[in-house]
Amino acid sequence: MQTTVSEIFQSLDYGPAPESQDHAAAWLKANQHKFDLFIDGKWVKARGKAFDSINPATGKVLARIAQASRADVNKAVAAAEKAGPAWRKLSCHQRARYLYALARLVQKHSRTLAVLETLDNGKPIRESRDVDIPLVARHFYYHAGWAQLRDEELSDYEPLGVVGQIIPWNFPFLMLAWKIAPALAAGNTVVLKPAEQTPITALYFAELCQKAGIPAGVVNIISGDGETGKALVAHKQIKKIAFTGSTAVGKYIRAQTAGTGKEITLELGGKSPFIVFADADMDSAIEGVVDAIWFNQGEVCCAASRLLVAESIADAFYKKLRARMTKLRVGNPLDKAIDIGALVDKTQLKRVADLIALGIKEGGELWQPKTKLPSAGCFMPPTLITGVESASRLAQEEIFGPVLVAMTFRTPDEAVALANNTRYGLAASIWSDNINVALDMAARVKAGIIWVNSTNQFDAACGFGGYRESGYGREGGREGMLAYLKPKSKRKANPLKALSAAKLKSLEPLDQLIDRTPKNYIGGKQARADGNSCMPVITPAGRLAGEVGLGNRKDIRNAVEAAVKASGWSSSSAHLRSQIIYFIAENLAVRSNEFSRLLQTMTGCSKASASREVDKSIESLFNFAAFADKFDGAVHAPPVRDIAIAMNEPLGIIGIVAPQASPLLGMVTLMAAAIAAGNRVVIVPSDIYPLAVTDFYQVLETSDVPAGVVNIVTGEHAVLAQTLAEHEEVNGLWYFGKVGSVEAIEKASISNLKQTWTHDDQEIHWGTAAINSRRLMEKATQVKNIWVPYGA
Amino acid sequence: MNSENNKVVQLNHKRNPGMPLDLDEVLRHSVNRSAVETRAASLAGRRSVKKQWQAAWLLRAVTCIDLTTLAGDDTDGRVRRLCAKARQPVRTDVLAALGAQDLRIKPGAVCVYHHFIKTAVAALKGSGIPVAAVSTGFPAGLSPFSTRLSEIKVSVKAGAEEIDIVIERNLVLNEKWETLYSQISKARAACGEAHLKVILGTGELGTLNNVARASMLAMMAGADFIKTSTGKESVNATLPVSLTMVRMIRSYYEMTGYKIGYKPAGGISVAKTAIQYLLMMKEELGNDWIQPDLFRFGASSLLTDIERQLEHCATGRYAAYAHQPLV
Repeated sequence: MQTTVSEIFQSLDYGPAPESQDHAAAWLKANQHKFDLFIDGKWVKARGKAFDSINPATGKVLARIAQASRADVNKAVAAAEKAGPAWRKLSCHQRARYLYALARLVQKHSRTLAVLETLDNGKPIRESRDVDIPLVARHFYYHAGWAQLRDEELSDYEPLGVVGQIIPWNFPFLMLAWKIAPALAAGNTVVLKPAEQTPITALYFAELCQKAGIPAGVVNIISGDGETGKALVAHKQIKKIAFTGSTAVGKYIRAQTAGTGKEITLELGGKSPFIVFADADMDSAIEGVVDAIWFNQGEVCCAASRLLVAESIADAFYKKLRARMTKLRVGNPLDKAIDIGALVDKTQLKRVADLIALGIKEGGELWQPKTKLPSAGCFMPPTLITGVESASRLAQEEIFGPVLVAMTFRTPDEAVALANNTRYGLAASIWSDNINVALDMAARVKAGIIWVNSTNQFDAACGFGGYRESGYGREGGREGMLAYLKPKSKRKANPLKALSAAKLKSLEPLDQLIDRTPKNYIGGKQARADGNSCMPVITPAGRLAGEVGLGNRKDIRNAVEAAVKASGWSSSSAHLRSQIIYFIAENLAVRSNEFSRLLQTMTGCSKASASREVDKSIESLFNFAAFADKFDGAVHAPPVRDIAIAMNEPLGIIGIVAPQASPLLGMVTLMAAAIAAGNRVVIVPSDIYPLAVTDFYQVLETSDVPAGVVNIVTGEHAVLAQTLAEHEEVNGLWYFGKVGSVEAIEKASISNLKQTWTHDDQEIHWGTAAINSRRLMEKATQVKNIWVPYGA
Repeated sequence: MNSENNKVVQLNHKRNPGMPLDLDEVLRHSVNRSAVETRAASLAGRRSVKKQWQAAWLLRAVTCIDLTTLAGDDTDGRVRRLCAKARQPVRTDVLAALGAQDLRIKPGAVCVYHHFIKTAVAALKGSGIPVAAVSTGFPAGLSPFSTRLSEIKVSVKAGAEEIDIVIERNLVLNEKWETLYSQISKARAACGEAHLKVILGTGELGTLNNVARASMLAMMAGADFIKTSTGKESVNATLPVSLTMVRMIRSYYEMTGYKIGYKPAGGISVAKTAIQYLLMMKEELGNDWIQPDLFRFGASSLLTDIERQLEHCATGRYAAYAHQPLV
């Protein structure tokens, strides 16, 4: 029976407010609820099987979707490869017009796209309509701008080639935009695989590409599951893999691409903190929590899923939060007055339910409002679990559902410690009306995105991406464009040749060098190698130039411990770092003749060449001393009343395996860049010519370099690099050592997803224009975007 | 006051007696403007009422209107026309088509200057619609305080059942909290049985923090309602200001158990905005606060737009202004 006006006048209930799905349904019907692959500008039948895309709110099949086989992947990559040259040859303006056309088309079709997204994913129509689709249009507009300006603003760079892109099911269309827009703007061609749960809007986008007249093969959309993704990752002609999804799959991709020279960007999971201080606007913070964890059913990589609340206000805050939770409406995501829609599928629903059960078992206190849920579909009420401690699995594991776990803190220091007590580092939301507290926290929390007194803010101009195991690289902003470009190479790269030590012909001492006993340099002190063994340094003529310690894993362990303790360096002023690096240069200059002679003796090079290497090393130190206080961040202007501060922060601890040749210059260049940016380093010098470096620590000692900032361990490259790559405290690994180890080292780096940078076994001309100082500074840093809203 | 009139005004809950000034509590609240604006901006997109729900909610909105005329050129004739409209705010054919003829739809009050109280009381006799009068040196509130107090008394004597007073904005801007508290307390005492609505003049308070503090203080001093604006400031009711005030009402309720009413005034002239306010009240405070004893719109032209939307609900055709009897 129909509810009457009179009844509603008394009850003041909400009624149904469904969004029309007519246009979306008509489009699905016109396609007979069946989709092929979009390859080379055409719809192509798949060789693989087909699968269903299901509406998680109803369980009904939306469409039959083609599964791309390995052969189909090959076809798509070939099409992208073929389309590449013509696409690259277009002027920046021509590419900009295509991207602009896509932005306009997204706007024109926004309602249908929003409805399709909600049907396929289960997210509330309010969100797909007000958040996802507008952000997609914004992303294409913004990158139409980058396409236009590429040659002017990024003139030293060129596109990579064919890019493989794999996107998740939580923001299907938005993630497509995040991937495709910068790739095309940079001049790449793409093969994109949408998630098997949510391929529909990507297929609709294929039609928009046709309408925009995007040349055939520039955009290829291939649906499929993990097998399709694997084939794409493995494809030899793919120059880069861009992935958003789980940390587990991210690690798989890191391992698969290890040693292949493929670029990667990974946007992975998180367990982001939501930190509420006692002086916060509590009512606003409550709304912040709602937008943080009950946005998109909590299926958000940057969801602030760990509530850290000041103990003094915790009870009052929980009380307000529970009251607010009773107001959240769960149900048909097509209803305009629904806050929480359906989880993406039954698997996810079960996963979340299992984790909740685990949380209760671990002693957490569960609270859910008595919200009415629809009888069918993958629905879950908003959930709060208090009394969770850092030791609980629920405090550590990403749930990816509408589940908030809460714990308390006493002081800002404790809030930082709790916030950083995680493998992840994607985002953080910080609530305090005291700007001192808020900005101090913003600087100290290890995360790629910090939202002060706000949450889940996104904009194409502001880089998005995480620290630690949350990711690798950034999307959005200038840094996001750089992820789809490479420096223009002025000359052809040659394969790097392995140097091996000459055969020892005589044990007769060479000059007085043998009298010295170079040790490792750890924590500002010389330390004997743990194994109490040494290795010879042999001149090309077969003479013994000296013996250095043969470092082992324990030496690396000790060196990293020392680097951990030297954390003050990372927060020291850029001016101080700059001064110290200049001082290193000054002290090296004082001893330049001595180093020059040493290089001549050790490597057999000419006097001119040795002097040049020393001079270039001094120049390199000047370079990075100069850069230390000039590698500025940026202030973005997102379309809200915020300033978004993009800060360049050091990675933390970087392991550096120095090149075999150019033993002084290579090491000095890498070290100087790393410490200029505020990193602490553990250096493994050239294994053939280590003496220049072991003498170098006398220079360090006289230059006021704080203990533990630079640590040096001599030994075999493959062995020591392996330990560094596996070390969980090491945040970055720069491998420029002996050839043949890159794959193994990159594979070994996956446990904490450290940022690796290698020579890819190609020759590098140290001390030439090929070494771009800004590029090195970029490698030594990661961008943290801090969103600071303002308003008196 | 006659008993019939009391039906609308009479609170369905205990009347707020006020409480001693607790400055710690007043100053404790910090309001983050950006966050409040974010919430206010998204509120309208989060809820929607359509079809018969829209009609019912619009009728509810009509019952919450303080039908107001506060112009320098008001006359007895103008006030009588307004009162006649109050007696029949929505056309009977529209009400019948909506099945709402028995709901006794009438506005919350008719709001006039003191000069027209008697005219309005006479014109509304037997309707159950109370007369509200603006008072205390409206709109600036800067006449001598003794004059302001006697103004309340004579208005109550003339038959006003609700008194809308204005506060001295300078007392907020200069943080003279004790003086402000004392003035509002005395105004409350002067009201007697008449209900006290305290106009904060939010457009002239400078910050949302001031709005929050003045709200809390006014409730402590015994306000039955807190109200945004006189309608004469350059900025009147806005959703962020409203959100700030209703959150203070919630805090006061949590602290004391007393429910205080809310009245946004000025600038609310279309049905869509009115619905947004009702949605905000429901979401932030609950259904109790979408009743005329705890919620009022200070408006006049709003009614015409609501009538047009109601006619559309009833007939399915978009309605004309000229078909709605003039407010």
